[in-house]
Amino acid sequence: MSEAPARDTIRCDACPVLCYIKLGQTGACDRYGNFDGQLVRVDPHILLDRAKNQGTPLVAFLEREGEWDGELMTTREIFVTAIGAGTTYPDYKPAPFIVSSEVDGVDMVTVVTEGIFSYCGVKLKIDTDRHLGAERNLVRAQGEPVGHVTTAEYGSQMLSIGGVHHLTGGSKGEGRVTCETLLDLCNRKEVALTIDDGARLTVAAGKPPIVNGQREERMRVGCGSATIGMFAKQWFGKVDEVVVVDDHITGVLSEHQAGKMLGVQATGIAIQGRRSTPGRYFQVAQPGTRWGGTNISDPLAILRPFKANEAWPKLRLLMVSTTGEHFAYYELDEKLRPIEKGLPEQLRESVARIRENCEPALATVLFMAGAGGSLRAGATENPVKLTDSVKRRLTRVTSGGAPCYVWPGGGITFMVDVMRMPENAFGYVPTPALVAPIEFTLKKSDYAALGGHMDFVKRLEKVMQEKQRQRQVTSLPENPWPLKPSAEGTPEK
Amino acid sequence: MRDPATIRLLTDGHRLHLSDGPIDLIVAADGTPGKIQRAYEAAARRFVSILDELCAELPLLRCRAIADSPPPVGPIARRMAAAVSPFRERCFITPMAAVAGAVAEAVLEAMNEVGQLDRSYVNNGGDIALHLQPGQSYTIGMVERPENPSLFGTIELRAAMPVRGVATSGWRGRSFSLGIADAVTVLAASAAHADAAATIIANAVDLPGHGAIVRIPAREIDPDSDLLDIPVTRAVGSLSRQDIEGALNAGECVAEELRARGLVFAAALYLEKTVRVVTAPDSYALTEMMQRSLQHA
Repeated sequence: MSEAPARDTIRCDACPVLCYIKLGQTGACDRYGNFDGQLVRVDPHILLDRAKNQGTPLVAFLEREGEWDGELMTTREIFVTAIGAGTTYPDYKPAPFIVSSEVDGVDMVTVVTEGIFSYCGVKLKIDTDRHLGAERNLVRAQGEPVGHVTTAEYGSQMLSIGGVHHLTGGSKGEGRVTCETLLDLCNRKEVALTIDDGARLTVAAGKPPIVNGQREERMRVGCGSATIGMFAKQWFGKVDEVVVVDDHITGVLSEHQAGKMLGVQATGIAIQGRRSTPGRYFQVAQPGTRWGGTNISDPLAILRPFKANEAWPKLRLLMVSTTGEHFAYYELDEKLRPIEKGLPEQLRESVARIRENCEPALATVLFMAGAGGSLRAGATENPVKLTDSVKRRLTRVTSGGAPCYVWPGGGITFMVDVMRMPENAFGYVPTPALVAPIEFTLKKSDYAALGGHMDFVKRLEKVMQEKQRQRQVTSLPENPWPLKPSAEGTPEK
Repeated sequence: MRDPATIRLLTDGHRLHLSDGPIDLIVAADGTPGKIQRAYEAAARRFVSILDELCAELPLLRCRAIADSPPPVGPIARRMAAAVSPFRERCFITPMAAVAGAVAEAVLEAMNEVGQLDRSYVNNGGDIALHLQPGQSYTIGMVERPENPSLFGTIELRAAMPVRGVATSGWRGRSFSLGIADAVTVLAASAAHADAAATIIANAVDLPGHGAIVRIPAREIDPDSDLLDIPVTRAVGSLSRQDIEGALNAGECVAEELRARGLVFAAALYLEKTVRVVTAPDSYALTEMMQRSLQHA
């Protein structure tokens, strides 16, 4: 019953249905389509729409109704991202879209392609003070090794997920699960991970991490001891003693090095728990969800009676937690007992400042990948010239319109914060490898000079008319506009 | 390059996701952990050969069903042919009209062959095969449009009802429709029967010759379409109240006829936020339940 297909029809071989797909249509699965005669995955192509009023709260995915009316071109700036653009792999042919547009009187070209990355992975930063696992221990998803614990950083733990050895160097299952884990992390979905001899984690980019079933809310400003160090000067002279209650290390101003340096005099205070070094105490209580991550709700529970030979009536005492969420102010009576009083105005600011300095705890995901041969060949006939042009900052690299950090040294190895990209910007191929958008933007004259595919350059207006499946999203105000020559890190003059 | 089938648990840790080419199933089972495990393994084993099994006979399955059509070989293909046979006299229909439901049934059957589950379902893009032990029930949510997934009603399906299949058809869905219904949801004895019947009823919710409806020959969009050059609905402009009632009347007639023939148990027809429910006169409880839930939506 099959007739000879029309010339603009292609046959998809992604599954045995072997659909004939007409130009601009998708196959039975709705996942593969025919764009310009090429078989590509057709997650909708995303165009960034520069928010006129930068700083307005973002509405993700401003899906446009109906046909593009052509009017936007004159009033707004559009940047064509590579999300959903398709790839050149495995053929050495020009990138799916090479778009020219005029910006501030300069002709710019953006080479738009989706890269298939076997050499790729994710650097995952988890804000937590909990011990997640020893350095170098395996990180697993669905029981398969997908990465490892790397360095502990201040207030956080770094994990390395993915990389070519997990994707293609291990068993089939390891590769498949690694690919799935990377895809979900990059598309900001929730992922369950376990660390060998360590913690269970549930993480999603930009959301608080869940460690062993407990959600991390705020990062401490520092441990109790560090808090004393940071705020000693602000307290000096306004209060006689400060105790920063912390499950890890509780700090005491008068005994702490920072207090001594300022000349704070001894107060006769006595703390429950095990003294580490002067002014620093471990295990003042049990771990919990109250004051400073302990189980106490009355901070006086960690104090023993003041020493009569050092303390004095009317001694002023501030007790505060490492997040500033809990605080109490006391003065000693004639019998040297702490009596709670209202917090004096002069101490309010320091307590508020502790709170202000506690950042929300997050899991953050940086995607890292290297752009290899065929991808660069899609941009120019002489691939090394593209690398060179990127190094010399003549060419700007973006991923879904988001700025990328390009590593020094050889190749185009870049990192990008997935939260700065449009949602669901990533795909995969069953190799397994990740599909990520990458755009190279440079001056048209520079593009010609490095051997660009000038015959394939299309005007932006033309691209917008041709594409059937387009989705416009508003650019993030914190991202530099990819086409703007004057923005930081862009093509030099 | 052929993509391998996807077999994975969803992040809820309970439901199974099976995907291969255009087939995409969500599977769930309730029972002891061991039974669920065995059922999911059986589902996966059955699943991986389905696409090849169907593709081997695809040309035949894409041909109009007629009285002397050669019988297909594969068990799923046979189910498809049987499900569309009651309609082959009245209109153009191919076994593909029941493919989604038939696939769901086959996987459900494989799961329940290896052990008794309390209840289980296989959802193939809205065409659902159900298994219920006595005393068990499922609550099915209905949506008006795929891109606007808010429930417009729920139906509680209890084991005592003669319903083991639920299917939805409409021009906004993944398959082509000849009619203009936003959605027609059908309850029937099996998923394949529900699938075929939903297609027929959704096709009947129509206003032939109406100027606001854009129709395009199926093969102009999909060169492989089993519907050949039959015009399929691509857009529906604004309709008057009279238009909506008229289209729903036409669909209701067909639904009522299928119900009287015992081919469907109940159907809900949805067009432009207007709903018709067709059920047996004696199944008052179900009628009332469906209508109440619809009004509340």
